[in-house]
Amino acid sequence: MNDSAPRTLAQKVWDAHRVVTGTNGEPDLIYIDLHLVHEVTSPQAFDGLRQAGRPVRRPDLTIATEDHNTPTLNITAQIADPVSRTQIETLRANAAEFGIRLHSLGDIEQGIVHVVGPQLGLTQPGITVVCGDSHTSTHGAFGAMAFGIGTSEVEHVLATQTLPLKPFKTMAINVEGTLRPGVSAKDIILAVIAKIGTGGGQGYVLEFRGSAIRALSMDGRMTICNMSIEAGARAGMVAPDDTTFAYLKGRAHAPHGAEWDAAVEYWRTLHTDEGAQFDAEVFIDADALEPFVTWGTNPGQGVSLSDNVPNPADITDPNERAAAERALEYMGLTAGQPMKSIPVDVVFMGSCTNSRIEDLRTFASIIKGKKLADGVQLLVVPGSARVRIEAEAEGIDTIVEEFGGEWRFAGCSMCLGMNPDQLTPGQRSASTSNRNFEGRQGKGGRTHLVSPQVAAATAIRGTLSSPWDLENGAN
Amino acid sequence: MDKLTVITGVGVPLKRTNVDTDQIIPAEFLKRVTKTGFEDALFQRWRQDPEFVLNQPAFAQGTVLIAGLDFGTGSSREHAVWALRDYGFQAVIAPRFADIFRGNSGKQGLLTAVVPESVVEAIWAELDAAPGTEVTVNLVDRTVTCGSVISPFDIDDYTRWRLMEGLDDIGLTLRHEAAITEFETHRESWRPTTLPAR
Repeated sequence: MNDSAPRTLAQKVWDAHRVVTGTNGEPDLIYIDLHLVHEVTSPQAFDGLRQAGRPVRRPDLTIATEDHNTPTLNITAQIADPVSRTQIETLRANAAEFGIRLHSLGDIEQGIVHVVGPQLGLTQPGITVVCGDSHTSTHGAFGAMAFGIGTSEVEHVLATQTLPLKPFKTMAINVEGTLRPGVSAKDIILAVIAKIGTGGGQGYVLEFRGSAIRALSMDGRMTICNMSIEAGARAGMVAPDDTTFAYLKGRAHAPHGAEWDAAVEYWRTLHTDEGAQFDAEVFIDADALEPFVTWGTNPGQGVSLSDNVPNPADITDPNERAAAERALEYMGLTAGQPMKSIPVDVVFMGSCTNSRIEDLRTFASIIKGKKLADGVQLLVVPGSARVRIEAEAEGIDTIVEEFGGEWRFAGCSMCLGMNPDQLTPGQRSASTSNRNFEGRQGKGGRTHLVSPQVAAATAIRGTLSSPWDLENGAN
Repeated sequence: MDKLTVITGVGVPLKRTNVDTDQIIPAEFLKRVTKTGFEDALFQRWRQDPEFVLNQPAFAQGTVLIAGLDFGTGSSREHAVWALRDYGFQAVIAPRFADIFRGNSGKQGLLTAVVPESVVEAIWAELDAAPGTEVTVNLVDRTVTCGSVISPFDIDDYTRWRLMEGLDDIGLTLRHEAAITEFETHRESWRPTTLPAR
C-alpha cells in the first residue's frame, strides 16, 4: 500500500496491526493489543487451551473481571445461584492457572468489563481491543478498533494474541449541529439505529464524526460506540482529540513522561485523512433530535418520545410488518398510542451503555429533591466499584435513596437475565441499557430503551417522559 | 472439526426476521462452563408455544434452518451456535447474518449460507406445501436445493475451504508464529500492558 494515499481512521489502525497480509482470499492476521475477559464466554476457551496444552501467549495483554453473573446486593455473601457461583469460581481458577490479572467481586477495580478498561487507562487510541462480548465496541470511543468475539476466538487470542480477519468496510456517521438540552448521546445512537436498521451496519466499522460528536465527553462517546453493534456493525470509532487525551492523562495504565509525549504525537495522526473514501455515509441532524425511545423488541424499533406507537399496517415490507405486529403483541402496546402514555414498573439506570460517572451525575441532577412515582421500582447500578465510590463522594447515593431508589453495587445487573436483577413476566421497564429483545431483562419482561435523562423523568412521572415534561422545563 | 461437503436434511422454516441470539439461547443457559448439551436451550422461550415450528412433528428432526433477514444479531454468545449444533442443525440459510454469529458458526462447523430473500421465501413455500421436505446445501458447488428451488449461495472462499478441510484456526495461525514474534519486537514501549498492575 502507498503510505501517502489518504486513509480512514479504521484503515490506519488496521494497517498498524497487520502481522500477515492475506493472499488468495485468506484473511489478514491482526495483532490484538488488549484482551478483556469475563466469566461467561471464557471457561470453554480455557478448557480448549488445556486440552491442547497451550499457554496464554500474553498474560500481560489480558485482564479479567467478574460482571455478568454478579449480584448487586450483599456482595460479600456467597453467590446464591450455584451455577453462577461455579462460573465465577471457574474464572478465578483459570486466571490463577494461566497467570491472568483478575478483578473479583469486592475488588476496587471490579465492574463491567467495558467500564473497567477505560477507567484503568488500558483503552487507548489506535489499539486493537477484543472481548467475548459484543459491546466491546464501546472502546472505539478512544479511536481504538474494538469488537466482540465468540468463545472460539477468545481461545484463539489467548493462544496467539492475533485473529485472522477480513478487512471491514467503513461507514461515516456524520452528526452535525448542537444537541438541545435534555437530548444526549443515547438519543443520537438510538436515532442512528432506527435510521439504518439493526442490520444496516453489517460488515462495517462505523466512524462517528461531526460537530455533535466532537462536543461529546468520553462518557458520551462510549455510549454511542457501545451501541454500534445494535446497528449490526462490529465496531464504532471516534477519532481521538484533546478530550480523549485529557481523559487518559494520569490514569494508571496511560503512558507517563516522555512516553506520554510520544504516544500523543502518534495519537494525533489517528484521524481520517482529507480525501479518504468511506464505503457508505449517513447524515444525522443533531439540532432536530429529540429524546428517543424504543417501542418494539429490537433496538431499531424506536421513535421520538413525542411520537405514537407505530401502526404495523403502515409498514409495506411484509416481513417487517409481521415483526412489528409480533413486537406490539409481546410489548402489550396498541398502534397509535402516545409513547408518553405508557406507564412503567421499573426504571433501570445502569449497564455498559450508561453507568459511568457522567451518566449518574446527569440522572441525579434531574431527580434531586423529587420523589419516585408510586408503584415504580428504581435500580441505580454504577458500572464499576470505582464509579460507585466516586458517585458516593459526590452524594449521588444519598440523592438516589432520598428519591426512593435503590443504590446498588457494580455489575451488568438488569441489562441481561443472568443475575438476580430481573423483570418478572409482564413487567415493563424504562432502561438505559442496550437491548430490548424479548426476555432480555428477564423472562416475559418488556423493555423500553432510553437515555439517563429520560429514565430520570420517567422515574419521577411514572410514564415514559422526557426532561421537557418536568415542571421546571428542560434539565 | 469434521470435513463438510454436502448437507441434506429436513428443512425448518423459521419465518422471522431479526432472530437475535437471546432468542436462540436465553442468558440463563450461559452460566454453564461446558461446551455441549445445549440442545434443550435452543429457542427455549419460543418452544413453550405448541405452535412453534420445532414443536411440529414434521420439522422436529430438522437439520437445515431457513430464517429471515438478520439472523443471529445481538450478543456474541457462541452458545447460540452450540445450541443449534447440539439440537442437530448443520446449516442455516438466511438473506443476511450478523457478523459475529457468522464467524462463530464457521469456527464450529455450522454452515451459514446467504441467499436472496426471494429464495428464502421460495423455500418457505416449498416447506409449507410439503412439510418434511429435505433441503440440500452443497458446499462444493455452493448451491441450495429444495424441491423445485435451486439457488447459488454466498460464503467466503476462506471459510468454505476451512469447512471443507475441517481445519482448526489456531493451528493455521500458529504457522505464522515467527511473524507474530517479529511483530511483537517492534511494538512501541508505551502501548498498554495489564501487568504489572499499577
